[in-house]
Amino acid sequence: MSLVRDMTTIAAVSAGALFFLAGTVGLLRFPDTLTRLHALTKADNLGLGLVVLGLLPQAGGLRDGLKLISIWLLGLLAGATVSQLIARAARHGKSIR
Amino acid sequence: MSIATIFEIVLAAVLLGLGVWTIVVRETFSATVGFVAYGLLVALIWVRLDAVDVALTEAAIGGGLGGVLLLGAAARLRDADLMASETPGEVMRASAAALSALIAAALAGAVVLLPDAAPTLAPAAVANAWATGLSNSVTNVLMAFRAMDTMLEKVVLLLAIVGVWSLAPDSAWDGRPGPRHETDPNGVLAFLARLLPPVGIVVGIYILWTGADHPGGAFQGGAILASMWLLTIMAGLADTPPTGRRWLRFILVAGPCLFLLVGLVGLLSGAAFLSYPPALAKPLILGIEVAMVLTIAATLGLLLAGAPERSWKP
Repeated sequence: MSLVRDMTTIAAVSAGALFFLAGTVGLLRFPDTLTRLHALTKADNLGLGLVVLGLLPQAGGLRDGLKLISIWLLGLLAGATVSQLIARAARHGKSIR
Repeated sequence: MSIATIFEIVLAAVLLGLGVWTIVVRETFSATVGFVAYGLLVALIWVRLDAVDVALTEAAIGGGLGGVLLLGAAARLRDADLMASETPGEVMRASAAALSALIAAALAGAVVLLPDAAPTLAPAAVANAWATGLSNSVTNVLMAFRAMDTMLEKVVLLLAIVGVWSLAPDSAWDGRPGPRHETDPNGVLAFLARLLPPVGIVVGIYILWTGADHPGGAFQGGAILASMWLLTIMAGLADTPPTGRRWLRFILVAGPCLFLLVGLVGLLSGAAFLSYPPALAKPLILGIEVAMVLTIAATLGLLLAGAPERSWKP
C-alpha cells in the first residue's frame, strides 16, 4: 500500500509543480496586470491544491490532514482577495503595468 | 547531493540575490516588496534550522507587520518626494561598502573560528524543564531562565509606542491614530475582514496556548491578533481607538506590569527577582503570557496605525 501512496504523492505533487511553473512563466511573459493575475490563479488554486492533495497520503493523521487542507483554503482566500484588490487598483490607476 | 541540500543551496542563493536586489533597486516601493519576500525566505531558513519559534516570529514581524510598516513609509515618502536629489556621494558609498564588507568578514570569521563543539546552554535548558512544567524549552528560556530580557523587551515596546505617540500634534494628542480608512462596505476587502478574523483569532489564541509545549507563544500569537485587528481597521469596519482611552492604556501596560509584579513577589517571598515558586510556575507563566499577548497585539497594531492625527471628537 505504501507504494500506491508514494506514487499518488509523486504524481500529484509533480502535477502541482507543473501548474506553479506554468503560472510563473505566465507571470513573466504575459503583457499586462490582468492577464498576469490570471496566470497566477492557476498556480494558487490548482497547483497548491494538487501539492496538498499529494501530501495528504503522507500526513501523520486526521489532524495533520485537516491542517494541510486548511492551509490550501486559506491560500485560496488570500489569493482570491489580493488578486481582486490588485486588479481593482490596476483598473483605477492605469499607470500600474 | 540530496534534494534537501540542493534546496538549501538554492534557498541561500535566492536569499542573497534578493538581499542585494533590495539594496540596489531604486524605487522605495520595489525595495519594500523585496524586503517582504526576503523576510518570508528567512523564515523558511529558520524552519530548515529547526528553529520554528524564530521562523514564526520572522514570518509575522519580518514578512508581515514590518512589511506593512515599510509600505506605509514608502507611500509617505512618495507623497513627500524628497531626497531624490540628495543621493550620497562616492566617498559615502565607498565607506558604507567598506564598513559592510568589514562586518561581513568579522561575522564570517566568527562562524569559521567557532570551537568544534559550539558552546551551548541548550542541554541545561532541556534538563531543567521540570522547574516550570512547560516542555517547550524556548518558552522556558524566555519566560523563566532569561525572564529579565523578556520583561525588558515588553518595556521597549511600551517605549516605542510612547515615541510614536509623541509625534502627534497638540490638537490630536489623545485622538485616533492614523487616517480613517474608507472602503466599499460590500467590497472584497470588507468581505475578507469579516471572514478571516474569527479564524485568525482562534489561530492566534491557539499559538499562544500551544507555546507551552510546542513552537509558539505570546509574541507570535500577539502578532496574529494584531494583524486581524489591523485588517478590520484597514477595511474600514472598525476605527482605531482614541489613544486617551483608559482601557487601551491599561492593556498597553498590562503585560509589563504583571511581569514586574510577579517578579517583585518572587523577590519578596522567595529566591530572587522573577523567580517563580515551582508549584505555581506554570499558571504564573501562562497568566503573564495572556497579559502579554493582549499588550503585544495592541502595541503592534498601534505602532502600525501611527501617531494620533485626528481629534477623537466626531
